[in-house]
Amino acid sequence: MRIKNKQDSGILEGDLTPMIDMTFQLIAFFMVLINFTQSEQNEKVKLPSSVLAKPAKAPIEFPITLHLTEDATVVVGGQETSIGGIGPFLIREKNVLEIQGKTTDDATVVIRAHRVAATGRVQELIKACQENSFEKFALRAKEDVGNN
Amino acid sequence: MKLRHSTTSGNDKIELQMTPMIDIVFQLLVFFIMTFKIVSQEGDFNIKMPLAAPAQGTPDELQVETMRVRLEADGTGRLARMSLNDRVLSPLQFDDAGSWVNPDLLRGEIVALIGTDRGPGSIQENAEVELDCDFGLNYAHVIEAITAVSGYVGDDDTVIKLVEKIKFAPPRPVSGG
Repeated sequence: MRIKNKQDSGILEGDLTPMIDMTFQLIAFFMVLINFTQSEQNEKVKLPSSVLAKPAKAPIEFPITLHLTEDATVVVGGQETSIGGIGPFLIREKNVLEIQGKTTDDATVVIRAHRVAATGRVQELIKACQENSFEKFALRAKEDVGNN
Repeated sequence: MKLRHSTTSGNDKIELQMTPMIDIVFQLLVFFIMTFKIVSQEGDFNIKMPLAAPAQGTPDELQVETMRVRLEADGTGRLARMSLNDRVLSPLQFDDAGSWVNPDLLRGEIVALIGTDRGPGSIQENAEVELDCDFGLNYAHVIEAITAVSGYVGDDDTVIKLVEKIKFAPPRPVSGG
């Protein structure tokens, strides 16, 4: 019987190809799924869920996103204010619309309110927008995929 | 002059330095893992609410009276009582998280009022619901009520729409009464 001679001088080299393959696949996976729309969300707001809250087929043409936290703070454009204090922001938005040759009818106010926020506060927020001629609203909810 | 003798031969392999590449690749991987956040899908319920009440015109034959859904809250903001056109709907059932779990209660009443006729010019198309909520009511219950009157998901995962015109009644005072 022939016995293979062991060569002690050789360096053990692992095959790196499968590992690199997997790593690149993982990178591709995370790159594809990375979410750059953080600006439209706010960590303080936990949306209520609804089975009918399906993502819109077409994006809203001129959205104005208002976040309403549990303690009735409005977060708009990264700044916190009270419900009564959003007037200047809305006037600014109205001016932007006018510059673009549009009216408040073309804009939609997207309200992202916390699930345990008082409904009265949401209504106050809607009223503040109405006073600045905004009348199209979208109440945002999280899609509930759990049950029907 | 002494010329250097070339020692290259066809059998020599060029060895790539893998270490820097793997370093970078792992850094990229860690970056993407750290910034990865699973975001659930979001959707909107559209409501149109002009400040001034619309002028009263000649009533349309198909125009149905606005259905008024009253949502009353207890001291903690939880839904305590619900009524449709002053008729109390009960029993309301909730899960451990406080979510209202029997929207069929309201949906069934809505379907009974607007019928099953769909399409242009139908009662369903013109039907309107007005939500009259206590000030302190948790907003999640409003979305639950809007969901119940807006439609439901059918057996084949298609959304069957009911009332599309939804509006809020004027806000109630802070005390909730």
